Amino acid sequence: MALLASLRRTGGIGLKRGGLFTREIQSFSLPELSYEYSALEPVISGEIMSLHHQKHHQAYVTNYNKALEQLEEASANKNSEAIVSLQSAVKFNGGDNYEGSVYESPGHINHSVFWKNLAPVKEGGGEAPNGGLAKAIDTQFGSLNALIVKMNAVGAALQGSGWVWLGLNKDLKSLIVETTPNQDPLVTKGLLPLLGIDVWEHAYYLQGYFCCSEC
Amino acid sequence: MSQQTFEFHWGKHHRAYVDTCNNLIKDTELENCMLEEIIKKTYNNGDPQPAFNSAAQAWNHEFFWECMKPQGGKKPKGEILELIEKDFDSYYEFLKEFKQAAATQFGSGWAWLVLKDDKLAIEKTPNALNPLVWGHVPLLTIDVWEHAYYLDYQNRRPDYISVFMNELVSWDAVTARLVKAKEASST
Repeated sequence: MALLASLRRTGGIGLKRGGLFTREIQSFSLPELSYEYSALEPVISGEIMSLHHQKHHQAYVTNYNKALEQLEEASANKNSEAIVSLQSAVKFNGGDNYEGSVYESPGHINHSVFWKNLAPVKEGGGEAPNGGLAKAIDTQFGSLNALIVKMNAVGAALQGSGWVWLGLNKDLKSLIVETTPNQDPLVTKGLLPLLGIDVWEHAYYLQGYFCCSEC
Repeated sequence: MSQQTFEFHWGKHHRAYVDTCNNLIKDTELENCMLEEIIKKTYNNGDPQPAFNSAAQAWNHEFFWECMKPQGGKKPKGEILELIEKDFDSYYEFLKEFKQAAATQFGSGWAWLVLKDDKLAIEKTPNALNPLVWGHVPLLTIDVWEHAYYLDYQNRRPDYISVFMNELVSWDAVTARLVKAKEASST
């Protein structure tokens, strides 16, 4: 419950992808946060934010860029064996079961979504949503509180590492609470991510929570 | 490995798995089964039943504590070393491969040294899965769920793995398991 107190009113990916699907290999970089590491305290400590952003997210970006460079070289040399092996490496940095474009990194994308879904309390973090999103939540879950209870329960039941999401089924125009393991992106479940909560242990462990439902 | 890590890891995580497993098997046919039998039954050929996760994790953690001792680690001696050198060419090749398995198990999981078809092998498993379900004999494990190392090493999993191998592994325990496995297979 406390974690959701820091979330922004509106979801959305907010991530510019530019040039992902061209044949030129792009080099990705760690996105900057729009707030200080300590700005979400006491809900999430500055220490966790700093480690999470500068070490974990950066590692996905670094390893992803490295895999892409190696893949480009293997493609240029027509080295099929290396290509197959490196595509696995790209998925490894992104997600075990991700069958999407090799030019996307779910670990990088998931974290980029995550930072944008958080805001300091003084900038609206934790305020209840309004407008169309609020209506959809009330219609589908009964109330915002019911959604929070559901996301807590679903997140706590996830075994191992992964993410809890509020997603949109665009065809049915409905909101769904879903989980994905490891860094598998929500698109693997056919949903557009509106709100994601990282429930890997690194996201909360240093604050003394031993399972994600405590935070 | 700090006292604080043990207090959380043994006192909260392991305890929670034991309590959950007990609750799930209560008043069922599994209630009087040994833990290893519960794991194999609830694995259900890869379609795990609810009790599998907690049963396997209860077993994994008990096994893990017994893999360590104070002033442990470093290169073993005796029968286990002979087998390592036979099946991996050298202790250093084994060390490299075991550390690699532990470092590359994505997300939560475990790395294992097992006896499989009378040979040593290294395996890695996600989440609660362990080699018992395949009929392999676990000899050594390292827990690479983040809770196992995050308080002491944060994101530096490779450092944790190195310290585990250099200072914590109980090769006595590994050797005892090897001897027991060989005795069991010769009867």
